[in-house]
Amino acid sequence: MTKTALNDKILLKIDKPARYIGNEINSVVKDPASVDIRFAMCFPDVYEIGMSHLGMQILYNLFNSYDDCYCERVFSPWTDLDKIMREEHIPLFCLESQDPVKDFDFLGITIQYEMCYTNILQVLDLSGIPLRSADRKEDDPIVIGGGPCAYNPEPIADFFDIFYIGEGETKYRALFDLYKEHKRKRSSRKEFLIEAAKLGGLYVPSLYEVTYKEDGTIESFKPSAEGIPDHIDKEIVTDMSEAPYPENPIVPFIKVTQDRVVLEIQRGCIRGCRFCQAGQLYRPVRERDVNWLKEQAVKMLNATGHEEISLSSLSSSDYSALEELINFLIEECDKRHVNISLPSLRIDNFSVDVMSKVQDIKKSSLTFAPEAGSQRMRNVINKGLTEEDILKGARLAFANGWTRVKLYFMLGLPGETDEDIRGIAELADKIAREFFDTVPKEERKNGPVQIVASTSFFIPKPFTAFQWAPMNNSKQFIDKAYLTRTSIMEQLNQKRIRYNWHEADVSFIEGLLARGDRKLSDVIESVYKKGCIFDSWGDYFNNEAWLSACEENGIDIDFYTTRERDIDELLPWDFLSCGVNKDFLKREWQRAKEGVVTPNCREQCNGCGAFGLGGFYCPR
Amino acid sequence: MKVRVKFAKDGLMVYIGHLDILRYFQKCIRKSGIDIAYSKGFSPHQIMSFAAPLGVGIISSGEYMDIEINSHEGRDKFIEDLNSVMVPGMRILNAVMLPDGTDNAMASVAAARYKVHPKEGKEFPKEVLDIAAAFDSMESIIVMKETKKNTLEVDLKPHIYEFSMDEKELNCLVDASSSGNIKSTQILKAFFDMAGLEFNPLDYQVIRVDTYTNIGDENNMKLVPMDQVGEMF
Repeated sequence: MTKTALNDKILLKIDKPARYIGNEINSVVKDPASVDIRFAMCFPDVYEIGMSHLGMQILYNLFNSYDDCYCERVFSPWTDLDKIMREEHIPLFCLESQDPVKDFDFLGITIQYEMCYTNILQVLDLSGIPLRSADRKEDDPIVIGGGPCAYNPEPIADFFDIFYIGEGETKYRALFDLYKEHKRKRSSRKEFLIEAAKLGGLYVPSLYEVTYKEDGTIESFKPSAEGIPDHIDKEIVTDMSEAPYPENPIVPFIKVTQDRVVLEIQRGCIRGCRFCQAGQLYRPVRERDVNWLKEQAVKMLNATGHEEISLSSLSSSDYSALEELINFLIEECDKRHVNISLPSLRIDNFSVDVMSKVQDIKKSSLTFAPEAGSQRMRNVINKGLTEEDILKGARLAFANGWTRVKLYFMLGLPGETDEDIRGIAELADKIAREFFDTVPKEERKNGPVQIVASTSFFIPKPFTAFQWAPMNNSKQFIDKAYLTRTSIMEQLNQKRIRYNWHEADVSFIEGLLARGDRKLSDVIESVYKKGCIFDSWGDYFNNEAWLSACEENGIDIDFYTTRERDIDELLPWDFLSCGVNKDFLKREWQRAKEGVVTPNCREQCNGCGAFGLGGFYCPR
Repeated sequence: MKVRVKFAKDGLMVYIGHLDILRYFQKCIRKSGIDIAYSKGFSPHQIMSFAAPLGVGIISSGEYMDIEINSHEGRDKFIEDLNSVMVPGMRILNAVMLPDGTDNAMASVAAARYKVHPKEGKEFPKEVLDIAAAFDSMESIIVMKETKKNTLEVDLKPHIYEFSMDEKELNCLVDASSSGNIKSTQILKAFFDMAGLEFNPLDYQVIRVDTYTNIGDENNMKLVPMDQVGEMF
């Protein structure tokens, strides 16, 4: 089949036509006429980013395992094609059948980061689907959103018919069955949405009403129809060994970001870093069985022909059978000439030994994520990594020939002082000193130590202990980056330390969207109508457009970003639950203020509330 | 053992560029279970050489790559295994075992046969057909070739071994060696230039019919398709 939605002239004119033609190894071909449900699965960014996302591959395989469903993929057309599609009125299409998205039953959009919100509108617009749920007609696809940003869906609530809260493996079958029944009965779109809202785990924004207080905070958030739940719990896979996993993932023709087999070893994280949203959303930790993983690795390598495999999890070092798994992979991959790409592991004897087997020491680097420069600040954020841990790890790696070190920090953490910031420079310098103390001059055959310190700006996220915290503004961010830089320049080994910092303006807008409410839908639509897409791509982010759109819509950005929330304020996402309860987060916020560390899940249960969900370390 | 593989590329695969085709074959070979040989060193790679890169948009029924293998279960099984992992638009046509000492695929390329025809709704202009009719009497066909530093004058004529053209199709056998590689569209463009017409390559479909190696010598060339130098296995 060589049907293409784009003609030959367009395909030969645009950059990377392989983004738009489908036909990849392991892409699924079905007869659309033979199914009841056509599902367009969208990652609202360019193909190379979207195709690197594991969650999408999991759901693609799951949905296509259903005989009555054909799931196809759609991504944001890059700016070159975007322009042509608008000029020539070409509707957005799915890769497999090349049919217009508008003809599908569902458009499912995975929402992985806030800065893709304008791309969601691009996808809807190019598809010819009304941007707002309220304007959609009976034959428009049902637009459903999922992924981490669905945990605060309010800024984009008006654009979606349904949000799926939590892990996708569990509820879609029930939703599809409901949809088939609705098609049979020819009931209305509205009737279908009302029934969907009762399935659990599904949030239908149009069925809820929000009222605001005079100060702009939320007064009430309530369902507007009978029988609609006022509270929605996340969906979660409790038995990871029963969970579907793609044995034959799609192999793109062009090089994508994650051009390798990805083995998800566990979900969730035992470490309760207070800034980390993923660490709370995916609680509790659920490990996959090591024997299952071994089988899966072999199957996926066979099915894809990939020359690299990597492990995926929030904290791989905490996987209980890591040694056994890695030793197996080293042996298996050596036979097949397959590379192992290791995630950043905690530096100890085991990991140094493994790294020296699978990496070229001269080319690879050590990675530490202390996140904050001082021990005081690391206690505030509950990052259980001490200076001694870092220096010990560095010493071990230096002794084994490594010279490159990458350090990741955040600026703008709650209660941060200049002293904490200077700690970043001091820590980097101590690591350099450690190198010169550990490796005698004559043994420095790989050259002197090279340290790269990077800082990003802290953005408070929903469902974390810092969801109440004030965020810094762009000016404060830039000042802090400047202080970091000058402090590094004051160090003895400053020539061995390179410093990078993240863009401040885009972080500030991300902060606005992360904790925004429904009023922001208007801002996002205005920004899109000013021509903004691909905001997560530095080249395309237009700060002026965001600032003016906020002003035009009467939105005070500081209200959402730099304001410290009152502990009793009704937050826009309070009607959702990720398993971790609000009292736990309140306690954690208090402990953060006191600089008190909370033990990890393996050491002790801290009563976060998620223990009923099948956690590996949870008390039975 | 070195095996020369002949394959065809058409349909959607014409939009996949040469480097991605290379990656595609690396993965397909792993997937097929063919016992390919790897280079030594810290990051071993499959020993593989492609004859002539094919431009994006061009259909071909005569592409070649050489791969080094450690073992095999016969030619038919080899072709079947590889074909079983191909996507639509890629087809393995032949495989031959190369005698020891054969130049690698790229160095072996001497010529290529092309067909060019107008795409739907397009045609060759009459002026161009008139010029093409006088091909045999032309002493030279001078075109400008841009290099990184400057623009060079190149005479295409000595590099064109066979040529014919009518309103349906241009047919040519041209030099494809590393020293004098020319493209069928260069000839077409030269004729458009002579006619004072603008040439839009997107209006015409190019097909590489086959790629040839020279089993004669420099002065007495004997061109044969590249898979005719090997043996059955």
